[in-house]
Amino acid sequence: MIVYTLKRLALALVVAVIVSLVSFMLIRVSGDPAIALAGEASSAEQIQHIREQYGFDRPLLVQYLDWSWRALQGDFGESPYFRLPVSQIMGDRIGVTMTLGGCSLAFAVLLSLPLGILAAVHPNTWVDRLALAIAVLGQAMPSFWFGLIMIIFFSVTLRWLPVSGTGSWRHFVMPTIALGYYATPAFMRLIRSGMIEVLSSDYIRTARAKGLRWPKILFKHALRNAIIPVVSLAAVQFGFMLGGSIIIESVFALHGIGYLAWESIGRSDLPVVQAIVLMLSLIYVVLTLLSDILNAVLDPRIRVK
Amino acid sequence: MGLILEVEGLHVDLPLPAGRLQAVRNVGFEVSQGETLSLVGESGCGKSLTALALMDLLPPRAIRRAGKLVFEGRELSGAAEDAMAQLRGDRMAMIFQEPMTSLNPCYTIGNQLVEAYLQHRRASEREARERAVFLLETVGITAAGSRLKQFPHQLSGGLRQRIMIAMGLMCGPSLIIADEPTTALDVTIQAQILALLADLQREFRMGLILITHDLGVVARVAHRLCVMYCGQVVETGTTKEVFARPLHPYTQGLLRCIPVPGRVEPGSELGSIPGLVPTPIGVLKGCTFRNRCPKGRPECAVENPHLREIGPNRALRCLDALAAAA
Repeated sequence: MIVYTLKRLALALVVAVIVSLVSFMLIRVSGDPAIALAGEASSAEQIQHIREQYGFDRPLLVQYLDWSWRALQGDFGESPYFRLPVSQIMGDRIGVTMTLGGCSLAFAVLLSLPLGILAAVHPNTWVDRLALAIAVLGQAMPSFWFGLIMIIFFSVTLRWLPVSGTGSWRHFVMPTIALGYYATPAFMRLIRSGMIEVLSSDYIRTARAKGLRWPKILFKHALRNAIIPVVSLAAVQFGFMLGGSIIIESVFALHGIGYLAWESIGRSDLPVVQAIVLMLSLIYVVLTLLSDILNAVLDPRIRVK
Repeated sequence: MGLILEVEGLHVDLPLPAGRLQAVRNVGFEVSQGETLSLVGESGCGKSLTALALMDLLPPRAIRRAGKLVFEGRELSGAAEDAMAQLRGDRMAMIFQEPMTSLNPCYTIGNQLVEAYLQHRRASEREARERAVFLLETVGITAAGSRLKQFPHQLSGGLRQRIMIAMGLMCGPSLIIADEPTTALDVTIQAQILALLADLQREFRMGLILITHDLGVVARVAHRLCVMYCGQVVETGTTKEVFARPLHPYTQGLLRCIPVPGRVEPGSELGSIPGLVPTPIGVLKGCTFRNRCPKGRPECAVENPHLREIGPNRALRCLDALAAAA
């Protein structure tokens, strides 16, 4: 288990380095950062001056090494728009995004788990169809539209929840449902098909032959095997929720990373964009690592590979 | 010898789009303490479904009907799931064909053995572990204590089948049902597992129902046998008698298929039964074996032969053989 973890960790580090290199290069080839900083109307000398001031005239690889060395120390440069260190801007926003992503993932899993298990225990019955209908509804509704409908209903009509902002936990209720509900069908289907497959397996018959009762058979013997692919999906979905929550953050005016990225791209605020891309890709790497380790904890056969 | 199990008029039906498949038809037998009964037949003859029906472990679609299903003096044919769960693993245990897939890959051997004991006994985890170690040693597993911490994928098929047997014995059942326990194993291991089952059965004075398609296995361990064909019992008797004097043409055909030193000339061709087992869907008229039978008579297509007692512990379902005996 320790060997497996170390191997995965080494692999994750390699991937992280490659990802940071690729993201750095991609942003650099997308436009001249000096022009972006100086602005459309500036003269050639001003651009050249900025180019030298920020070191954009050096070879790309040198720039990358310089940037990554500083990034390792927590220094992502300064945002020309905010006139503030990028790390400080990010620090304010990351909490919002992580809270939203974490809550949404928990919502999606907690909703899809009972639905998936119920559907698998009663396949092709009205229970199954109802569970599927509840889940598919989430996929069929665009999340921004669902978000707006909720605002109209819960905030404007009923006045139960605040429309926007991040002041209290009540601000996160609707964004969490909007973002989490959208991810529910994928989880629910995976849990349903996994449980159906596992429930027809020989070791479930063995468990029944031992005289075990249904709750123990379902939750000890079946769920542990069926949940393994769900863990991998959860890692990917969580990454998606962090990086892809731009729409939901905009709808509810939550000042998170997604919203910041969208704004910063519009302002050509390269150091911020650069830092966000790096951080989101590193979060993906970490999530994949965590899901691999969690899977190995759940299934001893994975540890040997 | 106390009677452990009495089965009469057991039917298992599988509803299919094409009609009702009568997988098990009117099967009956008895098992006494310390006795090994073998159910023999080709794949698809209903022997495995018969076994699952006894434990009420049939697939959800299957429908079971039983005239009489008495286990340790209790009628089980209408028993609730909870009452059955109380018996399973405690009084009756089952060993399956596939040791590779019959253990949960996510839990250690120890966990799965202990669980079977704690389900039925008020015992501490430690007592259950001691019981598990004792039984692993009983089924011939060395270093039993350290095996408890191993996972199924770390063990060979033969070892896993021994563990399945130990698991079945955890609560000291009076009846063990072994469904083709050696089919998935290689030949040398097969012999060991069979010898082990026979030893344990004697030692603990259990009833053993051994389901197999292998007459060599039957000859080695079974006291009595039921030959099944197309969901029905066609011949029963003690192993000695049936092997010495098979009366049903199907049993005779099966026995011609196995090489026996002394009876089959070296170099001569082994027998085979021509044709295929019919699928028992819809209304069945006449003897289901008649199309493959060398001794078929015109009346075999019309009359359903009954299972007739022709002696103590001896019964037969064949018009021709009964006519010859009369």
